[in-house]
Amino acid sequence: MGMTITEKILAAHAGKDKVQPSENIWVDVDVLMTHDVCGPGTIGIFKEQFGKNAKVFDREKVVIIPDHYIFTEDKHANRNIDILREFVSEQDLPYYYDVGTENYKGVCHLALAQEGHNRPGEVLFGTDSHTCTSGAFGMFSTGIGNTDAAFILGTGKLWVKVPESMRFEFTGEFPDYIMAKDIILQVIGDIGVDGATYRTMEWTGEAIMDFSMEERMTLCNMAIEGGGKNAIIEADDVTFEYVKKRTDKPYTVYKSDPDANYYFKKTYDASTMEPVVAKPHSPDNKALVKECSDVKINRSYIGSCTGGKYTDFLAAAKLLNGKKVAVDTFIVPATTEVLKDLERETLEGKTLMEVFKDAGCEIGDASCAACLGGPKDTFGRTHGTEVVVSTTNRNFPGRMGSKQSEVYLASPYTAAASALTGHITDPREILN
Amino acid sequence: MSHRLHPLPWRPVRPGTGIGQLRKPNITFTDTLKNMKQIIEGKAYVLGNDIDTDQIIPAEHLVYSLSDPEEKKNYGKFALSGVPADGAGLPDGNNAFINEGSFDSEFTIIVGGKNFGCGSSREHAPACLKIAGIQAVVAESYARIFYRNSVDGGFFIPFETPDKLGEETRTGDKLIIDVEKENLINETTGKSYSLSSLGEVIEIIRAGNIFEYARQSGLIPSSEA
Repeated sequence: MGMTITEKILAAHAGKDKVQPSENIWVDVDVLMTHDVCGPGTIGIFKEQFGKNAKVFDREKVVIIPDHYIFTEDKHANRNIDILREFVSEQDLPYYYDVGTENYKGVCHLALAQEGHNRPGEVLFGTDSHTCTSGAFGMFSTGIGNTDAAFILGTGKLWVKVPESMRFEFTGEFPDYIMAKDIILQVIGDIGVDGATYRTMEWTGEAIMDFSMEERMTLCNMAIEGGGKNAIIEADDVTFEYVKKRTDKPYTVYKSDPDANYYFKKTYDASTMEPVVAKPHSPDNKALVKECSDVKINRSYIGSCTGGKYTDFLAAAKLLNGKKVAVDTFIVPATTEVLKDLERETLEGKTLMEVFKDAGCEIGDASCAACLGGPKDTFGRTHGTEVVVSTTNRNFPGRMGSKQSEVYLASPYTAAASALTGHITDPREILN
Repeated sequence: MSHRLHPLPWRPVRPGTGIGQLRKPNITFTDTLKNMKQIIEGKAYVLGNDIDTDQIIPAEHLVYSLSDPEEKKNYGKFALSGVPADGAGLPDGNNAFINEGSFDSEFTIIVGGKNFGCGSSREHAPACLKIAGIQAVVAESYARIFYRNSVDGGFFIPFETPDKLGEETRTGDKLIIDVEKENLINETTGKSYSLSSLGEVIEIIRAGNIFEYARQSGLIPSSEA
């Protein structure tokens, strides 16, 4: 019996020839990522457990990316940044992307990719559930809590239970109005919010491999919304090209064996996919966009690690170009690199930023912003009974701030189309 | 397909395999149980399915220090504050988990449905429940990061039950959990329920947390603390 790509990566990091699902193993960690919300707690536990003069296991393998509560007056949130700075200075950590400096990046999952910390075949843990995003690079990555992160800081190791793998194959080609966000919402709707609990979501098929790295990241990003431990896509030329521009560190490429064992396999015909939304208040509450045209919205939000990448904004700009939005529309680039892309890349002679401003959108600074609500003064946060169509990842009650607001998760195409009409709108109505 | 979450097994790496020289903790069940509460009893607070971490502790409150004993109390104050009123303390709802102005709860045991703790990796979620005074959660199933955080951080024991405990328990019922016998009695109704075996994860629970487990296993020198 062969092994899946996930099993191979975990085996290699446990010094074993072979591992099997449900086996508990200790793995060597290549990268530990933390941010401003969980970093201070992690540092606190690290010091408590390993001593106040303890050093991290490998300063080259720790990456700290403040991104959650960055642009706020909240004194506790700002104190958390101070704790990160002090730790970075004391430990002399080279990979710290400090807010308020040229080095600031923004949302950690995209920053990891853009700064060359995602490399095929590696093992990456992060104190954020969307750490599964990095699986788009053919690596093992998953989210952990402060305690586990502190354990890694001190030892460079963590125990993991080898997950069973679920294989989602998409054959053929996606229609041009379909985005990766439609696909992940479709699949989560099919398997449910705990359908992949403790398991790997492995994506494959020619339609998946036609996706850009950004779109692959969107697919992997929301594996956690299906309960998944990790998501993974085998690295190919698209991956190598992206990584080559960002790091020259060597890496190993793993692929699943043809006779690997899967807990579940499903093949979809890519050409039959339709734009979908997740209705309030659960990411698996799937509906076709065209079935929701009676839902009036009063906000559209395009941003986050899920839907705030360059390709997401390019899609939105195609629909918004030369038109005016009918509702409050918030544009939040995930990272400063995305922001630069918006200011540089053009559509019919206008930069994407000009397209958004001319359409009447409000533009926020690169960060997580209102994806998870946050302090009261967070850009785009809900405070009342707003009905929002959003490119983010979660629509739990109160996720974007107010418990009374309702969030429809959607692709950037759908969010932009809906912004123009004021009700949930199938992008085909605008694109055609 | 089954959506059932399997109890997390724990199998220490044998000497000479994998990394480190891990061995089974040099402790016996009865020794460690001295450190573990055998009987957990108190009032139940009943919640539904898919209780996510934003409901357990809304993100706007994730700014307080977990190390500072005074500041940390805020996590108790805001524990479960994101649960919509109609789902707060079933079956009736509209039951406050924390009374106005208070920092801890009158409830000791949470009874949850399936996929308890889904969403974010924030360890503030199990931490806030413990700070509020919760000693055990009994759910149909858990999201994995929450389960792992509860165990590795030593916050409380995340029990699972195959029985319909959630449907038959009212918020405020008095529950008694016998950890060793793996059962739960609802003293109010007189009904008894079985708890799923904790599997090999009991090793970490017995040790107290992942650090104590690793010390007892020889992965971390015990002098480092």
